[in-house]
Amino acid sequence: MWKWIQAFASPQNFYYTAKKIIPWFLYPFIALTLVGLYWALIKSPPDYQQGDSVRIMYVHVPAAWMSLFIYVVMAVAGGIGLIWQIKLANVVAVVSAPIGAAFTFLALVTGAVWGKPMWGTWWVWDARLTSELILLFLYLAYMSLNNAFDNPKTASKASSVLAIVGLVNIPIIYYSVEWWNSLHQGSSIGVTKVSMHIDMFIALLLISFAFKFLYGVLILMRARDELLVREQNSRWVKAVVMEGKNND
Amino acid sequence: MTKRQNRMLFVALLVAGAILAITLLLQALGSNTNYFYSPTEVAEGKAPVGKSFRLGGLVAKGSVKRKDMKVNFDVTDNKNKFNIEYTGILPDLFREGQGIITTGSLVDGTFLATEVLAKHDENYMPPEVADALEKAKESKQK
Repeated sequence: MWKWIQAFASPQNFYYTAKKIIPWFLYPFIALTLVGLYWALIKSPPDYQQGDSVRIMYVHVPAAWMSLFIYVVMAVAGGIGLIWQIKLANVVAVVSAPIGAAFTFLALVTGAVWGKPMWGTWWVWDARLTSELILLFLYLAYMSLNNAFDNPKTASKASSVLAIVGLVNIPIIYYSVEWWNSLHQGSSIGVTKVSMHIDMFIALLLISFAFKFLYGVLILMRARDELLVREQNSRWVKAVVMEGKNND
Repeated sequence: MTKRQNRMLFVALLVAGAILAITLLLQALGSNTNYFYSPTEVAEGKAPVGKSFRLGGLVAKGSVKRKDMKVNFDVTDNKNKFNIEYTGILPDLFREGQGIITTGSLVDGTFLATEVLAKHDENYMPPEVADALEKAKESKQK
């Protein structure tokens, strides 16, 4: 098992394997997005109180889930890079940050657009909204810290520490609506109950799986690029470049 | 200890340290992180006196009285209730029985609101289902 991981995680091997795996994420992403959009915009009913504004939820909630999920991936990958010093783990952490930041931003913006007509305000400083904003700042801090060093190895060491410390914010975001009185509503989807109409739930699941696959596509593509830059002095990268020239 | 175990310990201490720091911080903040007070908390004197604070609860059924842009209604948590006076535009979700959060201050037992926000709950359903639920509830009460 260990040998297999090491072989897979070697930059050269990953570069070629990733290229083969990308379609396995890309096509499910396209299919899930199309079906998900149909379910979210046409099949699912309007809400009894919110009317059609409820449809904002089908982007907002999956984006918010992704913002947490990607942060955990980033911090764990950073931790693995820190302890076992696997190059690929550091690359996964580094390329995840902008994707996570984008999903966090999307969750905040769609939340504001929904909040204005429903709550009566774009923004309030309640526990859920504030902790999600801190998550965006964590992503931005991680990215700037990474760019502050010339040597990617030193950069990863510093930024991984930041990512791991920032991990405490994740349960705070998740439980903020239970621990404190907040304007934001509690979770509709728990382990034991779903307080949502079945067609709404299906639309939500389809889009959130679409987002997961999109993350897969983006991370594989970006990791390949990042590996080329980081390993630019190695023989296999030179071979890749030569190959590319011949193909053009 | 090998170098790798050393690094593992470092990461573990990092996580433990962060958790400890945040726990202490949240403990120290206490109820300051609550976004609003419930009517019972206000009745118990937990809310700041003479200063602006947020009050959250349900709009009592049958209590909404409108006069031009001025609205009068009760906010309740089924134990205590306060009369709210507000002038301005109410959010879409404002209705009787709905959870709301309002900012303002208590003056002679009346809460003079400067802002009224509607709180949404975690239930999402189509109008037909809501109607059916309402009917089922009514037939049970009969």
